[in-house]
Amino acid sequence: MSGLLLLEQALNGLQFGLMLFLLAAGLTLVFGVMDMINLAHGSLYMVGAFLAAWLVALTGSFVLGAIGAVILTALFGMALEVVLLRTLYARDHLSQVLATYALILILNEGVKMIFGNDLPLSAPAALAGPVELLPGLMYPAYRLLILGVGLAIALLLWLLVQKTRLGALVRAGASNRTMATAMGTNITRLFTLVFGVGAALCAVAGALLGPLLAVQVGMGENILILAFVVIVIGGIGSIRGALVGALLVGAIDTLGRTVLQHVLREFLPPQWASAAGPAFASVAVYVFMAAVLALKPQGLFPARG
Amino acid sequence: MKSPTVAAAVAALLAGWLGVLPAHAADKVKVGFVSTLSGPSSALGVDIRDGFLLAVKLNGGKLGNLPAEVLVSDDQFKPDVAKQLFEKNIKRDKVDFMTGVVFSNIMLAALPEALDAGTIYISPNAAPSSMAGKDCNPLFFAVSWPNDAYHEAAGQYANTRDLKSVYLVAPNYQAGKDSLAGFKRTFKGQVVGENYTKLGQLDYAAELAEIRAARPQAVYIFLPGGMGINFIKQYVGAGLGKDTTLLLPGFSADQDVINPVGAAMAGLFNTAHWSPDFTNLANVKFVAEFQKEYKRVPTLYASQGYDAALLIDAAVRDTKGKLEDQAAVKKALKAARFESVRGPFKFNTNQYPIQNYYVRTIGNDGKGGLVNKSFNEPILKNHGDAYVQSCAMKG
Repeated sequence: MSGLLLLEQALNGLQFGLMLFLLAAGLTLVFGVMDMINLAHGSLYMVGAFLAAWLVALTGSFVLGAIGAVILTALFGMALEVVLLRTLYARDHLSQVLATYALILILNEGVKMIFGNDLPLSAPAALAGPVELLPGLMYPAYRLLILGVGLAIALLLWLLVQKTRLGALVRAGASNRTMATAMGTNITRLFTLVFGVGAALCAVAGALLGPLLAVQVGMGENILILAFVVIVIGGIGSIRGALVGALLVGAIDTLGRTVLQHVLREFLPPQWASAAGPAFASVAVYVFMAAVLALKPQGLFPARG
Repeated sequence: MKSPTVAAAVAALLAGWLGVLPAHAADKVKVGFVSTLSGPSSALGVDIRDGFLLAVKLNGGKLGNLPAEVLVSDDQFKPDVAKQLFEKNIKRDKVDFMTGVVFSNIMLAALPEALDAGTIYISPNAAPSSMAGKDCNPLFFAVSWPNDAYHEAAGQYANTRDLKSVYLVAPNYQAGKDSLAGFKRTFKGQVVGENYTKLGQLDYAAELAEIRAARPQAVYIFLPGGMGINFIKQYVGAGLGKDTTLLLPGFSADQDVINPVGAAMAGLFNTAHWSPDFTNLANVKFVAEFQKEYKRVPTLYASQGYDAALLIDAAVRDTKGKLEDQAAVKKALKAARFESVRGPFKFNTNQYPIQNYYVRTIGNDGKGGLVNKSFNEPILKNHGDAYVQSCAMKG
């Protein structure tokens, strides 16, 4: 395997990992701070993607459409929290799972009724071609945009969580919610805000990934499973864990689809390699999660204790 | 009779027994149509359905001489949903024919429901190698093509283009494996890479990087529906279009892909059994009526749906509506006396078509859009399939 190929695959893994991080960050915060399992998190990603596709078609500008989608999804998320999800905090995890699963079904049908089964969303024409990063290494310009936005948001989130008072409150809430309430934080407003930020992050991922994957009803389910895998690996409630977990999952998925094939071809006859490669690739991430659970059940960077 | 009550009881029993006989003693034809009507690959199922319903409509709402009732439902690209829909159509609705499924994995999962119940299945699309060979069944008719065919044609075309090295990509399911096996069967050059991706996968960044590193002369893909749309967009986005020839089967080069991908499709070569510019009378009528009814150019999927309806129409007509005589229906289906939009139509002994395959190229339609145009000389003539010898049915 040449160095350029490895570098290109590394960029692919990084891009995928950063998008997963956007989803996992919101999910881990909600799980960590509010102790709520929100299965509808993937549906917020879907809502964000649909709103982006609709607004881009309406305004003709990708940037305007994406920003509009982020704002609208954040508002929608906060409204959802105030109206419905707030009642679930006090309840046990099973009730939360049941309620948010119902929310997935309702949102799927709701989006289908309002927007139809799918909407087209294309990358801005200026970014439709490749960029020559190094002599011999061409990389799609749009994916570079995703990488850039992903890194910028990761940095912003880090600043928010580590350097601001709000971030300190969030970390306190994730660490020990009862104590944080006892210390006088307005927990209700904090929770709504955390949920809004999580929804906004989902919308960014939805708008950015829309042109690469398809904007269609049910798109949230597949990525939700991976997001849960990421937060299990990273540790519930920890943004740092979400980032590390997401990058690891992105790397393993990309490596599984590529490097693994090369390695297998050295040892096995070609038909076996062609069959074993994809099979391993689809389970590699879950095998890794199982290994982490076996060795560090709290995740790599647990927020509590 | 011993007493009036016994007579009454026997009469009641007789009446009850008669009432239990199949209600639709051939006063109409019921067809169960299960297809993928939602999701990224819905365009395929929608076109097959629209082609099928158009044929019924142009025939005055009839198939043969009987009024037709077509029960359409969506399998949502899920094999278990398709299985349930088949069961519903066969057991509750008591249909005479089942048809519609796009994808081989979904069809193979749901097909036993039909075959075990003795219901005829007419495939307007998926036609896997297993059903052409050792698993062939007198109740299964493929009106489209054998799964391998377009790919065998493409392999032969690659030979005529003198291509020495090709990289292959297909999804990891029955039709994907059939497709690359078909290409390799006819292609005489070197296969520098063979990649099976996950069915339904939409992000091909990793695979495209591999292709770039392998430096093939050409890339051949079988990625139907949304998978192909995304692959081609990302292929162009990665800048691979310049040095590498992209060869496609008709599945990834028809209107459902041309419309979302756009100008990047111009000039690409692909193989198919049908093209919208075929000049036979049946096709001229089909394309004109389809455009009038649905305001879009039909894809090869629509032509298959249309042909499936014409096949059923011919069978019902030839058996004079006596659908209870299934042996006669099967015989009429096998004889296939209908004017197909692809030209002459003939079934092989395994009830898969023997037909010509053509090379098409994507060119301007004169109205600012793109459309497929075929070359007159078929690349494969009177071509059957490689599995017919393993089939126990002999004529």
